[in-house]
Amino acid sequence: MNAETKIESRELSYAEAIREAMDIALSTDERVVLMGEDIGVYGGAFQVTGDLVEKYGEDRVMDTPISELGGAGVAVGAAMTGLRPIFEFQFSDFATLAMEQIVNQAAKVRYMLGGSVSVPVVMRFPAGSGTGAAAQHSQSLEAWLGHVPGLKVVQPSTPEDAKGLLLAALEDPDPVMIFEHKILYKMKGPVPAGHYITPIGKAAIRREGKDLTIVGTSIMVHKAMAAAETLAEEGIDAEVIDLRSVRPMDRETVLASVRKTGRLLCVYEGVKTLGVGAEVSAMVAESDAFDFLDAPIVRLGGAECPIPYNPELEKAVVPQVPDILDAARKLATGAI
Amino acid sequence: MDSIDDVANAPYAIRHYAPETLKDALRKMFLIRKFEEGAEDSYTRGLIHGTMHLSIGQEASAVGSCMALTDEDKITSTHRGHGHCVAKGADLGKMFAEFFGKETGYCKGRGGSMHIADPGKGNLGANGIVGGGLPIAVGAALSAKRLGTGAVTVCFFGDGANNEGAFHEALNMAAVWKLPVVFVCENNKYGMSTSTERSTAVANIADRAVAYAMPGKTVDGNDFSAVAESVDTAVARARAGEGPSLIENVTYRWRGHSKSDRNRYRTKEEITDWMARDPIPRMARLLIDHHILSEADVDAIEAEAEATIKDAIAFAADSPDPTVDAVTRDVYTDEIAA
Repeated sequence: MNAETKIESRELSYAEAIREAMDIALSTDERVVLMGEDIGVYGGAFQVTGDLVEKYGEDRVMDTPISELGGAGVAVGAAMTGLRPIFEFQFSDFATLAMEQIVNQAAKVRYMLGGSVSVPVVMRFPAGSGTGAAAQHSQSLEAWLGHVPGLKVVQPSTPEDAKGLLLAALEDPDPVMIFEHKILYKMKGPVPAGHYITPIGKAAIRREGKDLTIVGTSIMVHKAMAAAETLAEEGIDAEVIDLRSVRPMDRETVLASVRKTGRLLCVYEGVKTLGVGAEVSAMVAESDAFDFLDAPIVRLGGAECPIPYNPELEKAVVPQVPDILDAARKLATGAI
Repeated sequence: MDSIDDVANAPYAIRHYAPETLKDALRKMFLIRKFEEGAEDSYTRGLIHGTMHLSIGQEASAVGSCMALTDEDKITSTHRGHGHCVAKGADLGKMFAEFFGKETGYCKGRGGSMHIADPGKGNLGANGIVGGGLPIAVGAALSAKRLGTGAVTVCFFGDGANNEGAFHEALNMAAVWKLPVVFVCENNKYGMSTSTERSTAVANIADRAVAYAMPGKTVDGNDFSAVAESVDTAVARARAGEGPSLIENVTYRWRGHSKSDRNRYRTKEEITDWMARDPIPRMARLLIDHHILSEADVDAIEAEAEATIKDAIAFAADSPDPTVDAVTRDVYTDEIAA
């Protein structure tokens, strides 16, 4: 972040911070339009767009029919021809209906056309479990989209980054997919006023430490931070890295930390197998940082099943603070 | 018609376009035919790899549908998109270079036949996904409306796409938002091997316009004048802010779906019958009958088209290949290490 533009900071929720970013974009750039299901008078399923329709009208805060494929495609076509659409999926799960336009069109148009066209579309995906909405409204699909060259994929964990990454996405000439965690929408934190960007592709070190590196994404960053406090009381000094960006991934920040601590724990909510943590682990294993490892790499990810409805089961299938504590203790004490 | 010289009763194209414009339209139809034949020949000789989908027999639909368009207007195209690209004014050398996989091609050898595009002339690209271009066309129309450019988008798609969800979602949104887009279905009777009779519940694809509260019209897609009249009307309606239309150009592809087609789903007689309805001699006859061109003029236009294609192929053959070290270029606008 540019310090000069950081005029004042207020406490805003993650949802309010996203809304503020969209408000700034709508007021400063005529090309920006918001599109999505029930984002107008309803204010969005999670009240992220809120009352923006009152300020900017239905032509710029557009309720789409329940047509995820078509709606995403309209956003892609509009981005190719001069607009800067921000397309909200009501739930990230519904992106499965629009994978054609995201994967075959948005991601590939620029390459297929030899660089003669850009697709500056921003898509927002309310993701993650914890709301009791069960298997089709709780997934974490960032690794799916992170697998596609041509897309950029980010996961803000704080209100400040939720705003900064959205404003960065709008300045980006390529398609940027933003995975927002639904449980974080109400979380408050300091948010600088005015326009600023959080650079895409840069991780943030949330806590410095020397004994092990915990790389987390999205809500897992907060769980890792809570675990780190307890670990500190036990004399284990954990470094917590907020990956923030799945594609491109901040290789240097992760490797430098592992070279320092010699231990790596990856924590992510998406299904463990073939997930974001698998890529982080491979990145370290393939690098010189491997030589600095004093213990095997450990991953904590989502269980190999859909997200269940029962609240205790729902908690059990994604990493929780005690899981992180347990893995971190074993790693730090040489039990792994 | 009382007499061939009765201008008031002459077909739309004769009444509506200047002789030079008509001559240019015939020239483009010949260019498409020769282009496709040249591509087929180059493929047979191993100069082009992969596959391709030829539009021989569908030239009137491509050219007739673009008559009212300027370079500011957009089109989206299909996997059978060579004709649309030519009709929108593309450079034939750059097209062939793309098919040959060369750095000088429209997509620098990254796209090939199925992704041929010419954004400078408003062609947003062919598409390898059936129905993929439909929502994109609606998005382009949304841009035009919001930015007030006055541009219209013509969205080409085939009969197969009319059974994709994207078709229905796109038409609905275009109608709800009254966007300046014309949906042009090129009904060439088969989605690969499956006939429209076997795949589509309505008799005419244009009948589906009713479901989206827009005008729908089924047209003889091999009749240049009829195509131009219908699409021009729809383009004018779109430009006037009155919303989208669906035009169905009924036509036929002479060749198989792609290079793997063994033509087991249709008869030789059917193919021969449609070849007798060749849109190019029909257009030539129209212009000769109305004293716009002589037989010799038509022959000259055909010969000129042939020469243009020859030059285009030579340009492609002589062009440099892309280098492997640049293979990840243009994945992102600013190259990043992914």
